[in-house]
Formats: sequence, structure tokens, C-alpha cells
Amino acid sequence: MKKLLSLALASAMVLSLAACGGDTKNKDAGNGSTPAGSNPAASTPAAPAGDKVIKIGVFEPASGDSASGGKKEMLGMQFANAETPTVEVGGETYTVQLVPADNGSSTDKAPSAAAQLVAENVAIVLGSYGSGVSMAASDTFKDAGIAALGVTCTNPNVTAGNDHYFRICFLDNFQAQVLANFAMDKFQAKTAYCLGETGNEYDQGLIAFFKQIFEANGGKVITASFPTNNSDFNTYLNQAKAEGADVIFTPVSIAYATQIITQAQSLGITAPFLGSDTLDDNMVLEAANGTDIQLYVSTFYQEGGAPEFDQGIKDYINSNSSAKDANGGNDTIAAVTAMGYDAYYVALEAIKAAGSADPAAIKAALSGVTYNGVSGAIAFDSIGDAVRDTAYIKHSTNSNAWELETVQKAG
Amino acid sequence: MEFAISVLISGISVGGQYALIAIGYTMVYGILRLINFAHGDVFMVAGLLGIYLSASLPLYAALPLVLLLTVALGFCIERAAYKPLRSAPRMSVMISAIGVSYLIQNTATYITGGQPMTYPVIPFLSDTVVIAGTPTKWVTILTPFLVLALVLALQQLINHTKVGMAMRAVAKDFETAQLMGIRINSIISVTFIIGSALAAIGSMLYFTNFQAITPTAGALPGLRAFVAAVVGGIGSIPGAVVGAFIIGICENVIKSTEFTVFSDAGTFALLILILVLRPTGLFGEKVTDKV
Amino acid sequence: MIQQRSKKGAVTAVIACAVLLAAVILLENISLLLPAGSVPNVLKPTSQLFAVLKKGAVYSLAAVSMNLLNGFTGLFSLGQAGFMLLGAYTYAILSVPVADRAAVYYLYGGSAVNFSFQDMFGTIFGTEGVGGAVSLGLGVAVAMVLAGCVAAVFAYFIGLPVLRLKSDYLAIATLGFAEIIKAVFQWQALGPVTNGANMIKNFPTFSSFNITGADGTVILRLSTFFPFLVSMICIAAICLLINSTYGRAFKAIREDETAAEAMGINLAKHKMLSFCTSAFFAGVSGAMFAMFVTNAQAKVYTTTMTYEILLIVVIGGIGSISGSVMATFLYVACSEWWLRFLDNVTVINGVQLPFLRAGFRMVVFSVVIMIVVLFFRRGIMGDKELPDLFKKRARKEGTGK
Repeated sequence: MKKLLSLALASAMVLSLAACGGDTKNKDAGNGSTPAGSNPAASTPAAPAGDKVIKIGVFEPASGDSASGGKKEMLGMQFANAETPTVEVGGETYTVQLVPADNGSSTDKAPSAAAQLVAENVAIVLGSYGSGVSMAASDTFKDAGIAALGVTCTNPNVTAGNDHYFRICFLDNFQAQVLANFAMDKFQAKTAYCLGETGNEYDQGLIAFFKQIFEANGGKVITASFPTNNSDFNTYLNQAKAEGADVIFTPVSIAYATQIITQAQSLGITAPFLGSDTLDDNMVLEAANGTDIQLYVSTFYQEGGAPEFDQGIKDYINSNSSAKDANGGNDTIAAVTAMGYDAYYVALEAIKAAGSADPAAIKAALSGVTYNGVSGAIAFDSIGDAVRDTAYIKHSTNSNAWELETVQKAG
Repeated sequence: MEFAISVLISGISVGGQYALIAIGYTMVYGILRLINFAHGDVFMVAGLLGIYLSASLPLYAALPLVLLLTVALGFCIERAAYKPLRSAPRMSVMISAIGVSYLIQNTATYITGGQPMTYPVIPFLSDTVVIAGTPTKWVTILTPFLVLALVLALQQLINHTKVGMAMRAVAKDFETAQLMGIRINSIISVTFIIGSALAAIGSMLYFTNFQAITPTAGALPGLRAFVAAVVGGIGSIPGAVVGAFIIGICENVIKSTEFTVFSDAGTFALLILILVLRPTGLFGEKVTDKV
Repeated sequence: MIQQRSKKGAVTAVIACAVLLAAVILLENISLLLPAGSVPNVLKPTSQLFAVLKKGAVYSLAAVSMNLLNGFTGLFSLGQAGFMLLGAYTYAILSVPVADRAAVYYLYGGSAVNFSFQDMFGTIFGTEGVGGAVSLGLGVAVAMVLAGCVAAVFAYFIGLPVLRLKSDYLAIATLGFAEIIKAVFQWQALGPVTNGANMIKNFPTFSSFNITGADGTVILRLSTFFPFLVSMICIAAICLLINSTYGRAFKAIREDETAAEAMGINLAKHKMLSFCTSAFFAGVSGAMFAMFVTNAQAKVYTTTMTYEILLIVVIGGIGSISGSVMATFLYVACSEWWLRFLDNVTVINGVQLPFLRAGFRMVVFSVVIMIVVLFFRRGIMGDKELPDLFKKRARKEGTGK
């Protein structure tokens, strides 16, 4: 019984402690001294403009497995923000401020990262790279009445049943279909070996769709999955070889993809590798550099698609060492960077269309926004998904560059 | 057939690398009765050091330096995180180990920015060789032999030197050994130094094979090596080596079937089976409880 | 005398709990009472304060259930995440409305389990108004109890072989079982039930407990109150167990197994009881965790999660329930809220502060943990409880006079 009392008191104490913590935070904000959390990046030059500020939340992983992708996506937004740091709303000029929150690539940290953005009073949220964290944070944004604009979260469940979540990328089933058709058309593939991370909804979802389509067209699919943090892929690749796979489909995250490519090279795998949008990354490209691996990926954007943007972002990356670090140390443009760039402008369009900085108005306006971005025309359907019927398939030249293979349409 | 051989080769090679980590676990456990959760992370740090040092130094200078720094790290961890807790309950020490592992992983994330880093190519070890129709790297072939040589040397050290005798005495009975005038702290430090040195060698072999290093790259080999040490009977060095080869081969055999989802679970199932049948592992000593 | 005091203590405890719950309700509804413009950020329903409070409530139950096993019975088990996973999945599978199943299980063309408690009660009590609330409450309650039961049943079967093992070996074996359970739930072949690698979502979450008016605006928020209520009931039950004859037997086993056995305590029975009870409450907290993150997905329930809970238990003090609870809130608030500013590059007066960039928060956090572990070895509370502290002070004052 004493314990019961103690417990109650303990909780009460903690509660008051928490409340105290909250107060100090408020005071900070009230004083007008910049709370640390609200400065997006020292790299972004402070824009000279009106006193009015509109905040855009950047909900991206800066740590964890998806950090590499999240940082590149954010790079596009930062570049866009540097390029267009203000927006006209109802005749007034607002300075746009990016507010980042690290969701740690993990669904259990996502809700509190999302709450951080909400606490900063952001008008709209961009992100995330990775569907799981987007889904986990979805309800926090929903409760706050803030619209979220997914950049490269391709899982169907992100937007389904949510009127506040939108996205500008294509979906997994479309991507899988494109790749399955490509495998059959280009390589006359009969047997496909699919390798994904155990328990990762992105990998396994794409593999499941790929399998459905590939088998429906008379192909044979062998699936395998590796545990998280695995680095030994020799047995998987040898199995693919032993089964006589015509293509190897690896929709895995960047760290695994680089390992698979280097190990495949030393095992002398000749079957072509098909990858999803995650593999469109310069670290993967570097792994394939100088090898005989045939690597094909489906993606949102192909370098050279918008020369002005290419030039701009390259200058931006080269002029800024932290941006270059975020991009993996060189200036190859990742598709997610282009997507981040487009997402920023779509958000600005929505703010302009709403004619106010009110999150609810922006949310209402977002569904009607159309925008011609560097990655193509963007418009939303009734679910909130971008109407996209194009995916680019490109292959690695194995000398640190991508080359456009084909542009695939749906159907 | 070719495929079966390739599975076996991968299993033996990876087993050898686990063995080098498992020895570190087993020796520390034998002496301190502590599961050193940070050991897998020391292994990862050795890999990162390899990357950073080889970027500015030639390999013949970088690799010995990696060895040296890893040993220093292992030594410092013991002095800073475990020594102050020598009289504390065992669970506190274990928590301290978990804390160190946390700290190392988070610091590595901070320094590398969470991006996977690529291990340098070590000449000869990285070259390809074809065995029974399966191309593989030289390191795969060399690992088991190197492991056996190191283990034999270690056995010599433990069975035929004064330090080795002291180590055996401490493992047998901590307090009596202390009363006999053995300097416990230096013996424990030697244990950590040997363990870290083997982890550093293991990291060179392992990351030559599997080149990308992330801050969590030590977690999985660490866990597998630990399971290997338990299967073999924790505290026993030959046990750790045998256990490591068993785990390495098992893992690769499961990976070659259609139940790839269970490649981790399978090793744990094997572990539990062995623990239930032989509670102290294959080569572990029987322990009787004192009241 | 003793009888009297404990009766008084019980009354005080119940009152304190009621006060705390009332405070929680008040805290989360302040934003509705104040005029819209003047609500401070931290009190807005979506602020981090409430995220931390909810997660804290969920984790405190997990930590106390682990403390029951590790702190009070002296069984070193690392299977907590596995039991939470079982609870989360049981709850999720039994709670997704039938109408949403096709969308959630889209890879498998619908679910093999076409049934949910909320729907079942909905057909009895109706789905609108008060009837809807009753069916929601009952549906969630039954599913949560079953979540605990499934975890306890699994614990029983795991315990049969494993509980014979000693200390570290037990820890490793339970850790292994947690990994095996995770792999089974990720297996695509079981997809129609577990949804494979995909997350199960669309089940009732904490926000479902907010009472809304006809136009959809929230009248009364109960989304933080609910996890507090459940955790409190469960922790109270654990307290009662610890203070019973069984609890004394647990402590005897912790202090000395052989002596306890000699005193006539049935080791196997009591260890199993402690193991299953702990698993039951871990299962319930797993169900709440699923409600907190609004989905159930196996890859979240890692060994790291178990370590986190273990750290909380140690920071709070092994063998102190109030310590575990306090440590949970401190831990969650530090890792997810108060230290977040360390992750951002900060410029003050044109000078960029050194070290501050993504990832620094976790470095600082782990250093803090190391300091606590090394220098405050017995944790915040040692094996004492909160009232003990007050009592000691009272006694001192008494002697002073």
C-alpha cells in the first residue's frame, strides 16, 4: 500500500518536473532569443526580408539507417530555400524558415520529432524519406491540423485514409510494375531473385508487388531476406547464381546496396541488378565504380533533366562544405534532392494559393496545387498522391555516373 | 554442389572472424563474469580507425597503428567503466557495458554522420581467387588458418607463461588469487588488451570481406560472436572457436534455404537448445553453487 | 499500529492517484479552457510535453514489469521487447476494424482474422454516441487484457525450459527468444495474420479516447489520461503482488535461492509466476506502445528497446518501483525533448557554437547515462520507495525535538 502512495507521489513529482521544463521553454520563446531548435542550418544565409516569418517543418532522418537519404532530400529543400527565401502572402512578404526535426529513421522516435515541429508552429511539413516514420508521425500532424507533404515515401498506406498527408512521388506498386516490365522486356528474364531486409516494409512491399506482377507474366521469383545490420551477402548472391537468376532485384537501403554491389563484384555475378529509388545514390554509384556489375535503378529524376537546376545545386553543394558532406562528398545529384527541391516549391505554391499562413488554409489549398517541377508535373489525386505515370530507369556507367536507360510509363 | 561448397566456404570464413571476437568475450567473462556488450563496438571502432588512418598513412603504418589504438581503447574502457564498479553488483557492471556500447555507437554516428564508410582495400587479401568454381577473396581462405595460429599462440601464452598462469588463477577464484599476491588489475587489463587486439585483427579480416562500416556494424557480428562464445561454453577459448565455426556455418546454411527470415532466429534457437541440454555450453566447466 | 498506518497509507495513495489523474486531465484540457490565442505552446495538445507524458506512461509500465522480474525476483531476463511485441500484435490484430482490414493487409488481399472486438461490441451497443464509447472502451480493454494473456502464455512455454538456467545464461536465452518471436512475426508466410513486414495500423489509439462533439471538435481530451490510468492500475496491481506473500517469496529468491528453497519456497512455481506476471504487464504495455506509435511493426521491438528499459530500471534503482517510474519520465523527457536543442547547429551573435550538430544529443545523453551508472550506482532511489524518504525525514525531525 505504501508503494501505491509512493508511486502516486513519484508520478506527481515527475509531472511537475515536466511542467517546469515546459515553462522554461516557453520563456525562451517569449524572450525572442532564438531557441536553438528553430535555426535550420547555419549554412543557409539569413535572408534579408520582412519581419514576418512562415515556418516549414522538415521531417527527415538525420541519424539511423536512412540518414544518408534524409540529408540529401533536405539538401534540395535548403537549396530551394536559399534560392527563394521569401513568399508573398496576401500582399505581404514572409520569410520562409526551414525547421528540421530528426526522426532518427525509427518509428518510435517519429511521434516526438513530429511533436517538436508542431510545437514550433510550422505551417506545413515536408517529409519524410522512408514511409514507416511518415506513418508513425501522421496522426500527430493530423491532430494539429497541419498538412504533410511526403517527398519520397512510396508506401501506399502513407496517404490512404488521410486527408492531411500528400506526396509528390510515385507509389511502390507503380515502381515495382515498371521494374518487373523492364526486366521482362529488356532481359527477357524468366527467373528473378529478390533480396530485401527482414521486417522492412519498404523492401518487402516492393518485393511482394514485383513478385505478383512478375509471376502473373509467367516468371519465376525466388525471395530471400537478410537480418538488419547484416553485411555478409555472399551466400545470398551465390544462391542467386546457383538458381540461375536472370535478374537480381534488390530494393534495399543504401548501406546494404553498396555491400551487395561490392560483394557481387568479387563473386563475379553477371546477372543484372535492379534497384528501386533508394539505390539512386552516389554511394551506390561509387560502389559500382570500376566494376563489371550491371546496375539499373528506377527513379524520380535524371541528372540533365533540368540543366538550370543541375547547375544551381552543384554550385550550392560545391560552395558549402557541410552541404557537400551531406551529399556524400561529391556533387552527383541524387533524385531525392530534386524531389526535396520540388517539394519546397509545391509547399510555397500551396501557401500562395491559401493566401495565408494558417495551416488549415494551406492544407485546404494543397490538394488543388499543380506545379511544374524539375522532376515533372505535379498534381494530386483524390487520395493525395501525385498523379505520376513516369519513372526513369537509368544504369550505372561504372565510372561514377548514371545514364538514362529508358522512360517508363504506366500500363 | 558448387553452391554447397560456396556456402561452406563463407560459413568457415565468417566463423573464423566471429572466433576472433568471441575470444574477447569469453576471456573477459572467464575472469570478470561480465558480458562485455561493448566488445562488438570496439570491433566496429577498429574498422573506422582503419578507414581514417589509411586515408592519411600508408597501409603498413596504418594497420599496426589501428591495432595499437584499439588496444588502448579496450584498456581505457576497462579502466574507466568497469574498474570503478568492481565491487558493485554484476548487473551494474553489465549496464555499464551497455552504456559504453551506447556511447561508442552514438559517438560514431556523430563523427561519421551516420553514413556508411568504405574500408580500404588491403592488397593481396582483397584479391580474388577461384575455389571449386566459386570466386572468393583470399581473405576467406586465409582466415581459418590465421585464427588457428592465433589461438594456438594464445593457448601457449595461457598455459605456459606466468601471466597466463595468473589469468587462470584469477578466472578460477578471484579473491584467493588476490590474496596470493596476484595483481588483479593488471591481469584484467592484459585480458582486455588481448581481447581488443584480436578484435582489431578480426575487424581487418571482416571488413576486407564486407567493406561498408556503419555505426551499428559491430552489433550483429558482436551478438553472433557472443552467442558463439556461449554455445562453446563461455570462459573456454577452444570452446569459443568451435562455437564460432558452428554458428558461422549454421548461419550460412540457413541463408541458403528458403527460410532466410530465420537466419538470426536459427542461431538463437541453436543456442537455447544447447543451453537447455548442456547449461554451460559445449566445453564449459560445471559450476556448483555455494551457499 | 502497523495495520493502522498501512490503512492510512492506502487511503493516501488512492487519493494521490486520483489527484494525479485529475491533474493530467486538467493539464491536457487547459488548452480548451483558455482563449484560443493565449495557449502557451507547451500546453497545446500536440506539444512534446504530451508526447513525452504518453510515452513515459507506457514505458513506466514496461520498466516496472521488468523491475518485478529483475529487481524483485532477481531473474535476469532480457525478453521484455519480445513480450511487448506479442502484446502489441495481439492488440493490433484484434482491434483493426473489419472494414479497414482490406486496406491494412493490402499485400495479402485482406486479413485471415476478420473480427475485431470493437466491431463485436459495436453490434451490441451501437457505434454512435454513448454506445460507441462503450464499445470502444470495452473493445480496447478486452483486447489489451488478451494482449497481456498471450504474452503470459508464451512466457509460460518459454519459461519451462529457460527458467532452470542461471543468471547470465537466462538473460541470453530470453534475449534469444525475443529475437525468435520477432522473426516469426516478420515471416511473410504468416502475412495474412501478422501483415508480414508491413505495419498494422488503423486500430483505436490514444486519440480515439478524446470525446468529440457532433461537429468533430474535441470537447474533452482523454488521450494522455488513458495511458496514465492503465499504467496506474497495472502498477498498483504489481505493488499489491510485491507486498503479498508471493512478493516476499520473490525477494527471498532474489536474496538467496538456496536458502529460500530451504525455507520451503517452491522455486519453480514462484519464478514462473514472476516471469508470467512480468510478461503479462509487458504485453499490456506493448499494446499501449502500439497505440502510442499508432502502428504495430515487429522491427521496432529490438534488443535496443530492452536495453533502454533495463537502463531505466537501473537508473531508477533496482528494486524500487517509484524509482523506475520517475526514471522513465526523466529518461524519455531527456532523450526526446529537453536535449533536442543539441542536435541543431546554433549561431549566437554570429558565433557558431562548437559541436552542436545532428547526433550530438545522443552523445551527450549517453555520457549522462554513463555518469549516472558510474557515480550514482544505486540509481535515483536505490531500493527505497518515495514514502520512505518522507518517513525518514519525519523521524529525524521527531528525534530533533
